[in-house]
Amino acid sequence: MELNPWVLTGVALVGIATFYLGHRSSRMAHSTHDFLLARRTVRSQRNAAAISGEYLSAASFLGVAGVVLAEGADALWYPIGFAAGFLALMLFVAAPLRRSGAYTLPDFVEGRLAASRRIRVFASFVVVLIGILYLIPQLQGAGLSFAAVLPTPMWLGAVVVTVVVMFNVVAGGMRSITVVQAFQYWLKLFAIAVPTFVLGAVFLGGGAGAHSGNLGAEAPPAFTEETTVEVDTPVVLRVDEPTVLHADGVVNGSPVDSQLRWAEGVGHEVDAGTTLRFGEGAAVPVVDGAQERNSSWLTPGSDGIGGLLGTYSLILALFLGTMGLPHILVRFYTNPDGKAARRTTVHVLLLLGLFYLFPTMLGALSRLYVPELLVTGERDAAVLLLPSAMLPGIAGQVVTAIVFAGAFAAFLAAASGLVFSVAGVVATDLLPAGNVRDFRIATVMMALLPLALAIVLRPTDLTLSIGMAFALAASTFCPVLVLGIWWRGLTARGAVSGMIAGGGIVLTALVANLAAGYTGATLPSLVQQPALLSVPVAFLVTVLASKVTQSSVPHNVGAIMLGMHAPDPLGFVQDREIPRYGHAEERIRLGKRRHGDT
Amino acid sequence: MSQHRASHSHQGGQHRQPRVRTPDPTLRTRRSRSRSPVEGTRAGQLPEQNQVDAPTKPKRQRVVLAERGHQKTGLRPQVELAQQTSWGEMLIKDLISVQFRLAVVIGLIVAVLLGGLPLAFVLAPGFAELTVGTVPLAWLLLGLVPFPLLFGAGMLYNRIAERQERTFVDMIES
Repeated sequence: MELNPWVLTGVALVGIATFYLGHRSSRMAHSTHDFLLARRTVRSQRNAAAISGEYLSAASFLGVAGVVLAEGADALWYPIGFAAGFLALMLFVAAPLRRSGAYTLPDFVEGRLAASRRIRVFASFVVVLIGILYLIPQLQGAGLSFAAVLPTPMWLGAVVVTVVVMFNVVAGGMRSITVVQAFQYWLKLFAIAVPTFVLGAVFLGGGAGAHSGNLGAEAPPAFTEETTVEVDTPVVLRVDEPTVLHADGVVNGSPVDSQLRWAEGVGHEVDAGTTLRFGEGAAVPVVDGAQERNSSWLTPGSDGIGGLLGTYSLILALFLGTMGLPHILVRFYTNPDGKAARRTTVHVLLLLGLFYLFPTMLGALSRLYVPELLVTGERDAAVLLLPSAMLPGIAGQVVTAIVFAGAFAAFLAAASGLVFSVAGVVATDLLPAGNVRDFRIATVMMALLPLALAIVLRPTDLTLSIGMAFALAASTFCPVLVLGIWWRGLTARGAVSGMIAGGGIVLTALVANLAAGYTGATLPSLVQQPALLSVPVAFLVTVLASKVTQSSVPHNVGAIMLGMHAPDPLGFVQDREIPRYGHAEERIRLGKRRHGDT
Repeated sequence: MSQHRASHSHQGGQHRQPRVRTPDPTLRTRRSRSRSPVEGTRAGQLPEQNQVDAPTKPKRQRVVLAERGHQKTGLRPQVELAQQTSWGEMLIKDLISVQFRLAVVIGLIVAVLLGGLPLAFVLAPGFAELTVGTVPLAWLLLGLVPFPLLFGAGMLYNRIAERQERTFVDMIES
């Protein structure tokens, strides 16, 4: 891997712009309240760009193309679900939640259900869990990307991203992050759109050289020249036709350094550090779970009923999980009222729809030009490796640099938003004082813990692990939010029971998946994505437990419902009280500054 | 109704007499008839816990608007809302159920349109293999069409929800 100077330039530019924007506006943040809430003066369109910027994580920027490369048409549900989650958020949550004045999920649980401190702390732990689950793949994705385009070890990318994020969050709070996130949305859109247009033009103009075969053919993709593939993580490979290759390393548990002939229909275990050499025209083996033939890759629904269950489970998780993501919810509080929250979401749907047109096309092109990623299992690097595979020389390097800058922005944006929001929850609920100092301590904790886990745990595909975070959010906070907003009968015990039931199922599936990752077992699709089971169970348990404990419905539920649903001009919007934050003199200063400030 | 309003004192609080309200006849749903006419004005004593879950037949709020058209007591209903009199409760519950129904209807339309696709692809493999020119139809349906659809659904919901809220505010403030 030779050093690409353009990549370093791109990363440096993104880093400098992030610091500059963050620093410029952080000078205006003074009190804790400023620091955390951006004083709700963020305008709707910029807020929408910031939400999109925060939401488009490594899973969107790299993962979507990677999963399209491996699974084809059925993978297109990922971008649909990522966008549709905001429709569900808008329909059932956005405006009432904003009017409720809840700033975090524990706030909502406390405010809506008159919950005790214990329950608030429990909700905070669930937030932390979702945050960590979401952060680990971001950091692993960063490591993978840095290793793919620069001669660096896997852990370095994760460390770089963590350090930048920590510095940025500690220095500026949300105010700076809003500006930075909005900027990073446009940066990401640029970084995915330009390569798509350039590479698409090269492809249509026939200037990209030989590719791996017709995408509709009844055959697997084939190598266009003699190719050597180095396997960095243990994989199980499958072939669709008998394939001859030369292997040096450990295959099926025994050391080899010779010619092998792989039969179709069985899995071949290849250990890390093994080098595989394929001749020209050899069929490309694929990692377990990916589509072997191009024809089944191109056609949706080719996995039958099992695939269908998995697809619906995924759709459910993404559709209902978005509303439970801590960093998205915090962002909605910066809207001035419920109406603005809805309008912001419409704008988000537009921005996300625009973005998700592109990774799909890049994923399809990678099937043609970087099929060797199907062998190593590092499919998430597809977007990064595609430009130089299609465009030799300096043009390819520049396009790679653009994509990499976008990917870097994706890690930064998603990780900053998450670290910021989860640290806010930890500081207010789990640490004693809840002031700026606690917030900074919490930030450092919430950045270092996922970093450690990201380095220790075995990397999996981005979209799979992100899907688990969505499933957890959909099975814990989604029932609480939806039922809490629309049903008077929800009780605190009902909410907690539902969260335990739904979250328990997801965590069990998560542990099973982690174990299977080490043993190489193949799990049924409902274990890989448990939402189809866990979400209905969570809703059911929440309703039943609430019915049983009906006597503990908060006595002021009528007033709470009124506050959430009365239209904004009537003046029932509740804002989180300022006294929760900071000291008396800060509050006075805040009151004075409120009008003259933009 | 206007007599009630004119004769009522605004002090509120514990000294307020529970009042018997006779709303417009069209608002007399099963719910309002079954309720005891005299009841406390505090929340929590109201038995309508399942209101949001099972919306009854649609109620026409506009009728109230028509009846109260020429009155200038803008503050009155807002106070009723804030103090959660039975009438105020009923108004807000109606608004909640109207908004909820709107969200569910739009959610269902999108769910059927998009959620039907995986099933259709499995049940009708021929449909999954159709192509438009050289591009497979399935890729257009999954990679392109959903995003304008979602955006359109969001726009539509936003427009109707805002209109319903405006109607409610007009009714309260007229």
